[in-house]
Amino acid sequence: MDKESFIVEVENLVRKFDGFTAVDNITFQVRKGEVFGFLGPNGAGKTTTIKMLCGLLSPTSGRGRVGDYDISTQSEKIKENIGYMSQKFSLYEELTVEENIDFYSGIYRVKKVLKKERKEWVLKMADLEDKRGRKTGELALGWKQRLALGCALLHNPPILFLDEPTSGVDPVSRRNFWDMIYSFSDKGTTVFVTTHYLDEAEYCHRLGLIFKGKLVQIGTPEELKGKSVSGSIWELECDKPIEALDFLQKDKRIMEVSLFGINIHLLLPSGEEVTPFSHLLKEKGIEVIRLHKVIPSLEDAFVSLIRKES
Amino acid sequence: MNLKRLLAVSYKESLQILRDIRVLIMAFAIPLILLILFGYAVTLDINNLPLGVYDQDNSRESKEFVESLVQSGYFSIKDYVKNYKELETLLEKSEIKIALVIPRNFSAEVKSGNKIEVQTILDGSDANTASIGSGYLSGGLLLFYSKIAQADNTPAIEGKIRIWYNQDLKSRNFIIPGLIAVIMMIIGALLTSLVIAREWERGTMEQLIATPVKSSELIFGKLIPYFLIGMIDLLMAVVLARLLFKVPFQGDYLFMFLASGIFLLGALGIGMFISILTKSQQLAYQMAMLTSFLPAYILSGFIFPIFNMPLFLRIITHIVPARYYIKILQGIFLKGNGLQILGGEILLLSIFALMMLTLANLIFKKRLPE
Repeated sequence: MDKESFIVEVENLVRKFDGFTAVDNITFQVRKGEVFGFLGPNGAGKTTTIKMLCGLLSPTSGRGRVGDYDISTQSEKIKENIGYMSQKFSLYEELTVEENIDFYSGIYRVKKVLKKERKEWVLKMADLEDKRGRKTGELALGWKQRLALGCALLHNPPILFLDEPTSGVDPVSRRNFWDMIYSFSDKGTTVFVTTHYLDEAEYCHRLGLIFKGKLVQIGTPEELKGKSVSGSIWELECDKPIEALDFLQKDKRIMEVSLFGINIHLLLPSGEEVTPFSHLLKEKGIEVIRLHKVIPSLEDAFVSLIRKES
Repeated sequence: MNLKRLLAVSYKESLQILRDIRVLIMAFAIPLILLILFGYAVTLDINNLPLGVYDQDNSRESKEFVESLVQSGYFSIKDYVKNYKELETLLEKSEIKIALVIPRNFSAEVKSGNKIEVQTILDGSDANTASIGSGYLSGGLLLFYSKIAQADNTPAIEGKIRIWYNQDLKSRNFIIPGLIAVIMMIIGALLTSLVIAREWERGTMEQLIATPVKSSELIFGKLIPYFLIGMIDLLMAVVLARLLFKVPFQGDYLFMFLASGIFLLGALGIGMFISILTKSQQLAYQMAMLTSFLPAYILSGFIFPIFNMPLFLRIITHIVPARYYIKILQGIFLKGNGLQILGGEILLLSIFALMMLTLANLIFKKRLPE
């Protein structure tokens, strides 16, 4: 991958607040057109990172580039070329849907000929066409978030930064929201999104796992799952699970045995064959109904990575 | 500065003002109430001061003297008494503010052309009224004496007092122009101190500073609607002053609006500066109250004469912009002064406005607070 195709590049970025290091020496790149997710628990440094990238906070040290502009010295240039949506709803509640759109289209200097078209586009995208005259404060959170997204996109920015866009939004709205994110990505917009929802992280093309200010891992969701778990996970379905559990726990070759519902999960070191265990169980009089390899979930990966880190 | 963004900010701010009843009350109702209150109720003039008279002489001359006091309009006779005890009771009950005792030899002294003396006892618990009343009484006595002297064709030195500018000596005539300065401060500093702080508190500022809007567009865009409110209030005050309170207006209306515009810009600058500095509505409001509204009220010469203040306060008054603006307004209203006389004050106010607006622009950072 050549350098040209990175739209965001961050190198050794650090941000401290009164001795507390919120972002601790992180380095990563975001490719043009991808949906890049920043996943981590609350307080991990996601929001601080996104605010530095958007020119709202200055970095303590390190370098960063968004588009062609430096995050420390050209933040105003960056602001012309990005759309930003903050964690907290931050449009004017006493203004109507349309008035908020008009205000931001004035701020982004949307050309007069395009103004009406862009407004209609936002209203349609956010499904707010029949609510255009409503006070924004009266809308449900899901609508508000979509309006905020629309306002951040009025000027057609090449990069969109979304800080926990779906926190507090109901599942259906969340799904709709992600469909919208995909549609922008399909049209070539790069989307940088932070989240603490693991299921949402699965929707991202690539992910950075951030924990206590440090970037723990970076890669596609599949890569992360692979990297995090050394060995393979097998799921055993049998007629006497309790006896099987007892028996398998005594075997030193198995790294971890745990009950998973009525099934048993075995963690074997890589290279270790599973067939011998099947035979051993049969000798013990336990009938193996199914024994198959399972892919670890992102949750497995996340938990195991964080465990390693701390 | 980009006109489109400036206007977008102004339009948004205007919509917010129009939808916030508290802002509307402060912008229009409070100035109106202040004008009515100060125009009608607050007067520093004394009329119909209750007087108790103990006339020991009971002569034609003494009656003429008392009559001349009543004719002046400053006094009204509450009661005629027959002894000191009764006077004392009236004073104790606060039924009279001044007790007047006319001595037995009053008519004799008048006839002989000697110095006339009367005794006055004042209720000092209301020191202000008492001292003004005693002044009026001495004046009344002097006037009476000169009348007698003229009647006798005795040549006497007569001081003819002519009052310039506010011929009726109505305090309303200088209070209303002063009040305009206070109202402009309310709009400029108190109301504006909330505008930036409110955006920080509601979180809308975070979205705004992530856009390419410039600090100056944001600050001036927000100032425009408040400037218009200030000018509307000024117009309202002038109309009420002229039509309802009959305050004379000797100067040039255009000049007054220009001078007021300059003062208003300075006041808006302070409000903006405070709002940017504090980022909290409550703190900003208190700071604006303390640094702009109260000085404009107390240290500007609006009600309390500056020459009566102790030296250190008099020095402080020099940095109270309202002091110069009140001088300008009273000059325009009552004396018909123009730029030639008020040029210095105009210059000071211009420097002040320029300084505050520049400061506000300088300290506004499009970054999140640390």
